[in-house]
Amino acid sequence: MTQDKESIANTLRVAFMVCLVCAVVVSASAVGLRPLQLDNFMEYRQINVLQAAGLYEPGMNVRQAFEGVERRFVDIETGEYVEQPDDYDQRRAARDPELSRPVSPDPASIRRQARVAEVFLARDDDGEVRRIILPVHGYGLWSTMYGFLALEPDANTIAGIGFFEHGETPGLGGEIDNPRWQENWQGKKLFDEDGEVALRVVKGSVGEGTPDADYRVDGLSGATLTANGVNNLVRFWMGEMGFRPYLERARAEYGGGDALDNGAF
Amino acid sequence: MAEAKAKDVLFQPIFNNNPIALQILGICSALAITTTMQTTITMCLAVIFVLTLSNFFISVIRSIVPANIRIIVQMTIITSLVILVDQLLQAFAYEISRQLSVFVGLIITNCIILGRAEAFAMNNPPFLSAVDGFGNALGYSIVLLFVGANRELFGSGSLMGVEILTPVTEGGWYYTNGLMLLPPSAFILIGGFIWLLRVWKSEQVEEEPFKIAPNTRTSEAF
Repeated sequence: MTQDKESIANTLRVAFMVCLVCAVVVSASAVGLRPLQLDNFMEYRQINVLQAAGLYEPGMNVRQAFEGVERRFVDIETGEYVEQPDDYDQRRAARDPELSRPVSPDPASIRRQARVAEVFLARDDDGEVRRIILPVHGYGLWSTMYGFLALEPDANTIAGIGFFEHGETPGLGGEIDNPRWQENWQGKKLFDEDGEVALRVVKGSVGEGTPDADYRVDGLSGATLTANGVNNLVRFWMGEMGFRPYLERARAEYGGGDALDNGAF
Repeated sequence: MAEAKAKDVLFQPIFNNNPIALQILGICSALAITTTMQTTITMCLAVIFVLTLSNFFISVIRSIVPANIRIIVQMTIITSLVILVDQLLQAFAYEISRQLSVFVGLIITNCIILGRAEAFAMNNPPFLSAVDGFGNALGYSIVLLFVGANRELFGSGSLMGVEILTPVTEGGWYYTNGLMLLPPSAFILIGGFIWLLRVWKSEQVEEEPFKIAPNTRTSEAF
């Protein structure tokens, strides 16, 4: 047995058996658990959409709450709704040369951008759109931050923001997850009177006396670079290269016709 | 005899022969995932699972594994177990698996696991090997929990997500220690743990590799 053990035949036999058993275990677990994992992922995204829109409460039935949320697809360039299959993956599309375009200028450092983006419309019981929720992403200090920005139907007032994936320093840049900081965003305006994206995270806190307080969000101490990243991604995604064409349409459609009220567009 | 040995095998690695504190193995993961207790505990459980089972299975087949492919065989078994843990976490503890991200996969490279497989499981029967794996994983977990508890308490003012020292940002009095949330603090804490352990068990103090000679006096130099 001991001499046999070191033989080539035994080496091959052991290698084969070990690989076979391990492969079966690994693939069985991957295939068997896949549906559960997909459910988790979908629910996680739904929670984040609801959170950004300020509609989430801990312990609520996410699936039920999400029934009032409509997922639509938007052509970035024209801002028009387009049809896409249900399993359209914007992040995968951004890597596909057919479905994406290079970004320039690229303040958010995302390099390529999918031509079609998904948006979520949260409706109230009467079917009126209450929130427009847009996926945004951009580079912070260490990582690409993925999040959702929720807007009021006027497509100018922010209803909430949330990041569901980032690798910023916990306790410093990671505070973009802090609900107290996110509360700061609520009610702020995106566009100034000239129609430019004016919203910025500033250093220090924003009070009554701060000039342009409507367009300013409290800074995060010790996280200037992460805050710069947040500024860049908001400027990019709300600008001409981002959702701007769509927002103009959305404002006309859902904003109750006050599109020219403050000259934002 | 066998029972007494199993007990030794189980409890020796906790304080007397701790894989992190004495053997200084597996430190990398101790730095990365100990910012909160929740991730720390999950990591500990994952390592306990992987190390116990990998030692067991490697020991079961130790008599038929040819010496020249043994490391690959060990790695294959360890890797499969780690993938299994990762898949289970993604299916049943999604939130935690997101926080741990790549560090579950990096259990594969935790030197404690291959170290125990090669040093113990290849030479001992399956039950004893499983006990040894469990004991070593416990020793690893003790250090991790110590580091994790300190980092979460002083870095975020909470334990297990429950606020204990209310931080200033939440309207309390406690100024959180940002250093505790960064990896270097784990080095300092592990150093502190080793120091305390060696004060308690002074036989672990290593002999100095060389002695510093007394300074030469100027008068002797000429």
